[in-house]
Amino acid sequence: MLKHKAISVGVAFLVCSLLYRNVWADGSGDPAAAKEANGEYYDKAGNPTYKVKPDGSVDWYTFSGYLRYNSNCIVCHGPDGSGSTYAPALKNSLKTLDYGHFLATVAQGRVNVSASTDYVMPSFGKNKNVACFMDDIYVYLRARANGAVGRGRPAKHDPKPPAWTKAEDSCMGPE
Amino acid sequence: MQKLFLTASLFALLGSTVVPASANEELQKLQKDPNQWVMQTGDYSNHRFSKLKQITTDNVGKLEVAWTFSTGVLRGHEGGPLIVGDVMYVHGPFPNPVFALDLNHQGKILWKYEPKQDPSVIPVMCCDTVNRGVAYADGKIFLNQADTTLVALDAKTGKVVWSVKNGDPNKGETGTSAPVVVKDKVLVGVSGAEFGVRGRLTAYDLETGKRAWIAYSTGPDSDMLVDPEKTTELGKPIGADSSLRTWEGDQWKIGGGSTWGWYSYDPQLNLIYYGTANLSTWNPVQRPGDNKWSMTIFARNPDTGMAKWVYQITPHDQWDYDGINEMILADQNIGGKDRKTLVHFDRNGFGYTLDRDTGELLVAQKYDPAVNWASKIDMDKDSKTYGRPLVDEKYAPGSKGEDVNYTGICPAALGSKDEQPASYSPETGLFYVPTNHVCMDYEPFRVSYTAGQPYVGATLSMFPPKGETDMGNFIAWDAKTGKIVWSDPERFSVWSGALSTAGGVVFYGTLEGYLKAVDAKTGKELYSFKTPSGIIGNVTTFEHKGKQYVAVLSGVGGWAGIGLAAGLTKPTEGLGAVGGYAALSNYTSLGGTLTVFMLPG
Repeated sequence: MLKHKAISVGVAFLVCSLLYRNVWADGSGDPAAAKEANGEYYDKAGNPTYKVKPDGSVDWYTFSGYLRYNSNCIVCHGPDGSGSTYAPALKNSLKTLDYGHFLATVAQGRVNVSASTDYVMPSFGKNKNVACFMDDIYVYLRARANGAVGRGRPAKHDPKPPAWTKAEDSCMGPE
Repeated sequence: MQKLFLTASLFALLGSTVVPASANEELQKLQKDPNQWVMQTGDYSNHRFSKLKQITTDNVGKLEVAWTFSTGVLRGHEGGPLIVGDVMYVHGPFPNPVFALDLNHQGKILWKYEPKQDPSVIPVMCCDTVNRGVAYADGKIFLNQADTTLVALDAKTGKVVWSVKNGDPNKGETGTSAPVVVKDKVLVGVSGAEFGVRGRLTAYDLETGKRAWIAYSTGPDSDMLVDPEKTTELGKPIGADSSLRTWEGDQWKIGGGSTWGWYSYDPQLNLIYYGTANLSTWNPVQRPGDNKWSMTIFARNPDTGMAKWVYQITPHDQWDYDGINEMILADQNIGGKDRKTLVHFDRNGFGYTLDRDTGELLVAQKYDPAVNWASKIDMDKDSKTYGRPLVDEKYAPGSKGEDVNYTGICPAALGSKDEQPASYSPETGLFYVPTNHVCMDYEPFRVSYTAGQPYVGATLSMFPPKGETDMGNFIAWDAKTGKIVWSDPERFSVWSGALSTAGGVVFYGTLEGYLKAVDAKTGKELYSFKTPSGIIGNVTTFEHKGKQYVAVLSGVGGWAGIGLAAGLTKPTEGLGAVGGYAALSNYTSLGGTLTVFMLPG
C-alpha cells in the first residue's frame, strides 16, 4: 500500500513537472515575479526571477546579468545566450535547467569530451566577475529563455539598487 | 689544392649538420621557389604573393576541384597548408592534428601526429580553439600546440625531435599562432590577452629547443629587451622605464600585450617585425596611462631579441584594437623617394606605412570609411601628439568613466581587419585586404583578476554601420598614398587570408564558404565555389608536376564563429529586425576540410 502510494506520488510529480515544462518552458517553473526585495525579484518558489515593466524597462539584476553575461560567457555561449559553434545556447538550456543546477554548473564547470565533441566548461567558482553576479546572470538568461527580453542590450532598466552596490563591493573586495 | 678541397668538404659537412645559418639559407631559397609554399605567410616579407601564372584572369573561371581532405575536426580552421617538395602539411585546431600528405598520390596520408593535450585548455582560448598553422625548416615541422607546447617533428616521419613548454594554460596562456623560423631560431608567441597574461615573444634554438631569448611586451627594460638610449620611437630614444611609467602600480604584470599574430623578417636589415595585442582589462578606467608596449609594432634583432624601434599604434586602448595584425614588407616609392616600407592594417581601422629601417611614420589613413573613433593620426612632427590618433571623446569608452554605454563606435572590437592576412602584389603594387565592416556599442564596468579566468570588463554589441547591411569588404589598397583603389562588398566579414598571383588573380574565402577569385586590377569577380564550410583559413597556391593548384582550409569558427554565427543585433531593435541580418548559420555549418583546386585537363 505504502509502495503504491509512493509510485502515485512519483507519477503525479512527473506529470506535474512535464506540465510545468510545457506551460513555462522554464527549468525553475513559473517565472512570474511574486516578491521583491532590494530591487531583486523572486518567483513563487523563491528562485530569483526577472521583472519587465509594460514599457519594456527591466529590473537592475536582469540588466546587470546582460552586462556580465556578454562579458564573461559570450566567448563560448555566444551573444545573448544564442550559442556558438562550440557551446550550447543557454536561452534554450534554461528551459530545462533549474536554478540549483545552473549555480552548480557555473561553480563547478562541466566536461563533455568525446570523439565528436569537445565541450569543456571551466569552474567559475573563484572568478569574482562571475561568482559575484550569479543571480544577475541567471535572471538575465531566464528572461531570455522565456522570451521576456530580446537580443541585445535592454533599452531601459531600473537604477542600480544601493543594496546591489553594497553586495558588489563586499564580494569583489577592495578596488 | 688538397688542403683547399679538404676545407671545402669540411664546410659542406658543417653546413649540413652544425652551422645554424643553413636553415635560414634553406628557407630563404625555398620561399623563392613558387612551386612550393614553405611558410604560412608565403615569404619573410608576408606578401602572400605567388609568381605562378598558369591560372590567369582568363581561365580562372574554369577552376574545378582536384581533391579534398577532411581534418576530422569541427572547430574553426585558420591558417593553411605548407607545401614542401612532394609533401603537403595540413594542420587542425584543438586537438591540433598534423597530417603529411603525399602529393604524388592525391593526398595519401604519409604520417599523422596528434598530441595528447589536457582538454581544460579549451575554455582558456578566448575565441575558439584555432591554430594558425605549422612552420617548416631544416627537415622539421614546428607546431605551437593549444597547451603552449612547441614541438619539432621530423618532417619525414612525424616523430617528435624535441618539445618545449612555452607557457602555462593555468594562467590563461595558450598557443594559437604559427611559429616562424629565422636563422637558427624558432620564434613563437603566446595568446591570452583576455586572461591577463603577460605577453612576450620567445626564441628557441632550432636544433635543441633550448630557449635563446625572451622579450616581454611590458615591464622593466631588461625584460623587454629594449635599450633606453638606442631603442627609438618615431626617431627619439624611448628612455628608461618606458613601460613601467605608463601603468599604475603592478598592472603591467597582468596587462596582456600577447603576440599571437604573424611575424615578418628582413634579412638585409636583420630585423623581425610583429605587433603586440590589446590590454587586460577591457575596462580602460581600471588601467590609466598609455599602457606601453601593448598595441605596438616591434622591430627586433632576431639574434639577440633587442628592439631597434617601437611604435605604439593605439596608446591606452579603449576598444580592444589589438595590434597583432601582420607587418607586410614592401619596397615602395613614397613621395618620389624609394623606401623600405612596412605596411600594417591595424584593427583600429588605419592603414599604416612606415620606414621599416627607422620606424618613421610615412602614411596613416582609414582603410574603411566607416572608422570614427579617431579623426586622423597626427602626422605633424612638431606636434606634441605626433604619431598618435586624434581620438573623438564621444567614442572613447574611458572618457566618461565606467558604467556608461558608449554607442556607435566604428570599427567594432573585431577591428576593420583581424588576423586574416592581406596580400601584396609587387606586380600591381597594391595590397589586397580582407576587412570587417562592423561597429559597436561598448559598456565598460568593474572587474577583478583571477589567474586563468577571463579578465574582460566590458560588454559589447556589434552591428553593421548605420544604414548598411553588409559586414565586410574585400579591398585593394594603395599604401603609398593611403587610398582605397577598389572595394568589393561582402555580406559577412572577410575572415580569410588573401593570395595574389602573377596570373593577375586575387583569391580569398568568405564566411559563407565561398572561395572567390577576383581580378587584381578591378576587383571583378571571376570565380566562386562553395566549399563545405565557412572559410577563415588562408588561400595557398603551389605547382606539382607542372600543374598549378590552389588550396584552402574551410571550417567556420574563430571569433567570427562566435559573433556572427548567431547573427548580429542592433541593441535598440527588437527581435523582428534581427532577422534582417541573416545569420551565418543559414549559410554554412561546421567541419574542417581542405579543398584543392586546379584547371581541367
